[in-house]
Amino acid sequence: MSTISCDEVARVAALARIDLTDEEVAKFAGELDVIVESVARVSKVATLDVPATSHPLPLTNVFRDDVPEPSLPIDDVLAAAPESQDGKFVVAQILGEE
Amino acid sequence: MSNEKLVDYDDAVKRYDPVIGIEVHVELGTRTKMFDGAEQGFGAPANTQVTPISLGLPGTLPVTNGKAVEYAIRIGLALNCQIAEVCRFARKHYFYPDIPKNFQTSQSDEPIAFDGHLDVELEDGTMFRVEIERAHMEEDAGKNTHVGGADGRIHGADYSLVDYNRSGIPLVEIVTKPILGAGERAPEVARAYVQTLRDIFRALEVSEARMERGNVRADINVSLRPTPDSPLGTRSETKNVNSFRSIEKAVRYEVSRHAAILDAGNKVPQETRHFHEEDGTTSSGRPKSDADDYRYFPEPDLVPVAPSRQWVEDIRAALPELPAARRRRLHDAWGFADAEMRDVVNAGALDLIDATVAAETTPAAARKWWMGELSRVAKQADVALDELAITPAQVGELQSLIDAKRINDKIARQVIDGVLAGEGDPAAVVEARGLEIVSDDGPLLAAIDETLAAQPDIVEKVRGGNLGPIGAIIGAVMKATKGQADAGRVRELIIERIGA
Amino acid sequence: MTDLTCLSAAALADGLAAGEYTSVDVTQAHLNRIADVEPAIHAFLHVSAEEALAAARETDAKRAAGQKMAPLAGVPIAIKDLVVTKGLPTTAASKILEGWIPPYDATIIERIKAAGLPILGKTNLDEFAMGSSTEHSAFGPTRNPWDLGRIPGGSGGGSAAAVAAFEAPLAIGTDTGGSIRQPGAVTGTVGVKPTYGSISRYGCIAMASSLDQAGPVTRTVLDAALLHELLGGHDPRDSTSLNEPLPPLVAAAKQGASGDLTGVRVGVVKEMHGEGYQPGVEARFNEAVAQMQAAGAEVIEVSCPHFPYAFDAYYLIMPAEVSSNLAKFDGMRFGLRVEPREGPITAERVMSATRGAGFGPEVKRRIILGTYALGAGHFDEYYGAAQRVRTLIQRDFAEAYAQVDVLVSPTAPTTAFRFGEKVDDLMAMYLNDVATIPANLAGVPGISVPAGLSDDAMPVGFQILAPAKADDRLYRVGAALETLLERQWGAPLLTQAPAL
Repeated sequence: MSTISCDEVARVAALARIDLTDEEVAKFAGELDVIVESVARVSKVATLDVPATSHPLPLTNVFRDDVPEPSLPIDDVLAAAPESQDGKFVVAQILGEE
Repeated sequence: MSNEKLVDYDDAVKRYDPVIGIEVHVELGTRTKMFDGAEQGFGAPANTQVTPISLGLPGTLPVTNGKAVEYAIRIGLALNCQIAEVCRFARKHYFYPDIPKNFQTSQSDEPIAFDGHLDVELEDGTMFRVEIERAHMEEDAGKNTHVGGADGRIHGADYSLVDYNRSGIPLVEIVTKPILGAGERAPEVARAYVQTLRDIFRALEVSEARMERGNVRADINVSLRPTPDSPLGTRSETKNVNSFRSIEKAVRYEVSRHAAILDAGNKVPQETRHFHEEDGTTSSGRPKSDADDYRYFPEPDLVPVAPSRQWVEDIRAALPELPAARRRRLHDAWGFADAEMRDVVNAGALDLIDATVAAETTPAAARKWWMGELSRVAKQADVALDELAITPAQVGELQSLIDAKRINDKIARQVIDGVLAGEGDPAAVVEARGLEIVSDDGPLLAAIDETLAAQPDIVEKVRGGNLGPIGAIIGAVMKATKGQADAGRVRELIIERIGA
Repeated sequence: MTDLTCLSAAALADGLAAGEYTSVDVTQAHLNRIADVEPAIHAFLHVSAEEALAAARETDAKRAAGQKMAPLAGVPIAIKDLVVTKGLPTTAASKILEGWIPPYDATIIERIKAAGLPILGKTNLDEFAMGSSTEHSAFGPTRNPWDLGRIPGGSGGGSAAAVAAFEAPLAIGTDTGGSIRQPGAVTGTVGVKPTYGSISRYGCIAMASSLDQAGPVTRTVLDAALLHELLGGHDPRDSTSLNEPLPPLVAAAKQGASGDLTGVRVGVVKEMHGEGYQPGVEARFNEAVAQMQAAGAEVIEVSCPHFPYAFDAYYLIMPAEVSSNLAKFDGMRFGLRVEPREGPITAERVMSATRGAGFGPEVKRRIILGTYALGAGHFDEYYGAAQRVRTLIQRDFAEAYAQVDVLVSPTAPTTAFRFGEKVDDLMAMYLNDVATIPANLAGVPGISVPAGLSDDAMPVGFQILAPAKADDRLYRVGAALETLLERQWGAPLLTQAPAL
């Protein structure tokens, strides 16, 4: 039995901006249980006294000098754009803007 | 125009205690962006300040601009913050066309600076302490321009154009703790706080801090509660309020709006609001929702920032004098009355007077010109004092001409006119316009003798020890010399002549 | 003339230096081989014949002019299509990037071009490197040269198959959970995952940033060392790049080629063989360990008690980072754009439609998984817990390396499976990576070298792991094992592969 509901998958898919078919939603709901099982196993050993490792090797303070490098030529910038106009990328109307 | 129900502001603050919170974003004036070497600068043609990194192209990686980190530490220290021993960047996810990676690289629970405060001087000289929760580093988004839908696209839909020049410009976001106790002065506190920050950014030389260019942007949180002892109310967050005047208006508007909602027994929805410059109102943006699940996690492509204590102390030692300290120092040095000093600050004349004093003028004289004649001219022309076409050095030169008795105060006004008209420095204007006062006693004595001869009765009075009428004689001599005489010298000569 | 496609890269480099043939000869021979066998193998998504020959001519001209040449100058190479190549299509085997021609080169591509290696083309992979079989490529799978009915491993099945089928002497792979080593194992080739930070990630399309590492795919250990030295070393464009020189890798491979392992302490990881491993795999592994012991190695069994949790931690961390790294593929700036079939056309709906249509099922699955794992309220329990397991695995490695110089295991639990066999069995598919994942979590280097054939006449891989930054040990021990086994076989393992 799936512990992650189809509604939950649909909500996550919306958050991840991926259109899924109903079949995909149902399929993933079942498959996502793998994560729940992993969590159960991991939380058994990963007690809170163990520090987290976010980076495999312990580097700090890697900085770049504040020295400009050339911009990509505008033709290269827009070459891959699905659509462009006046040197800018054209995108569909953005909701939530005035 | 908004059709929100509003309560009169004065009425609202009698019955509710406003609590504000302010998030200020400042664009750092580094040469390059936060995480890539693309140059940044105002006014470049669209998409000409972008590298593959600024565009978020597949495969690209960020590298932190060390100068931006230094600037962030400078800001943190100026706001009396602790500087983190170690902090990390995090990814803040939300899909938006102006965010090329669809996440913003920011700092979530590990800001570089935290727990600070800023003392803000209000217009009447009261000091108000604003507690700072944190100051963290992040990157700016690109810019969308909306285009109307009259071009025959599908459904006549509007569309947007995106320019990524701004994408990746370093930002520091400064977040206050809830500002309590401002009461009816909340709008003024909000404005003064942002204005003080702006002055600090400039003094620190971390940003040009030009509000009109969006270098400094404020988000204003407002909530109301019945009394200062009540728990905090639900807040609204008014985004991108970008002028000092608007900040005051936004707070006032939100206080009035919240009061009306609460009066009606309703709950204030937690939402973002848009501010409308033209009428000082706000309108509903979007409610807090699923889209605010930002899924923060530590940015794996960047390593932690661990500023050594030595580095922090070096930066602290090199901090320039901050505006408040400078004001105190200048106040003492100049000896102005408190009210005079406040007027100077409010008029934006502090730097101008300081520079004029540096041009070897007395503080009193510098203040006299900037707060007097020049303020009048500026007001007439509806421009800021520092926008007048006259420099502190020129004002200094003007005063030294007066001190040398080559011109007097009255003529000085004509000289100012000349300088503002672009006729050159004061000395050149005096020369070109032939304004130099007559200092040779010969012609003066001639004029005096002539006047005295015409007014024997006054001469008698003065001889008799009544110096009162002497002014009339001086006035007549000045008139005869078309104002180009040194009034003081005229007086001396008259007294000498009459033998009083 | 010998068939130039049968020579190792080191041998080709010697022949080129000695003037026995030109880079054009070598490149053309490989292009011919590609033309012959590609219909059966499908290792390449794009063959760049013209560009390769032009680069070969340029290298030949430089050599003829007496210029100093890089060690591998003129030896052609194939590039996994996850690595960004300026002017050459780069797809990550995904429809969402189909037709994208990048405007920049990955750092490793810059180094390859600067060293004069002609690029033969871009090799196939599981979409965005997610998979262990190339069955998840949007452009069809690659076949294993040992048995065309079987998978070549993944994600880097294209690179491994190209090298195994003598289409290229060298190839580039990327390894997030075993994507270089596991294909190496199942195709009888050599694959190296260097220490995290040893080779620049700039321009390698990110799958899971804290795990990804590019590395060599070759037929001999010496060739891998030569390629690693060419690719490796500090890159200021990658913040996680190690800022220190590589240890001497080629020298280590040459030292190991004697077959002597006297004084080398070899740790057999208790948790990484035995149960769950195919008997033929286990047998070849044990025989190889015995050979090493006979050659002077001190063999010790060590326990890494947290390795069984590596798999779980990996399947929390990897999808989380995937969901973030793949957010940028949204149809706004590059690649595929799909408009929704019905309803209003808005930017956010175009993004969803594009991502729904452009990503394959495995990619979608991992994005959904990762988005869920990073979602509100889950972070500590999911990603946070997995990162704590990561610490435990690093501690296991540290304790093991206190006793031994290298750790060994079978590279993969089974030989290559048949197409379709596991594509619907997620767990079985994911378990392919069970022996390779710990190295990615800890950032330590690993190599897979051929260990012989299992009962099904398919190749078995032998994995050697070394401490971080001690990549030289991989080459020393790997070359020794290669020598020992080839002495036993009388020839390289690939000579036993069926003719194509």
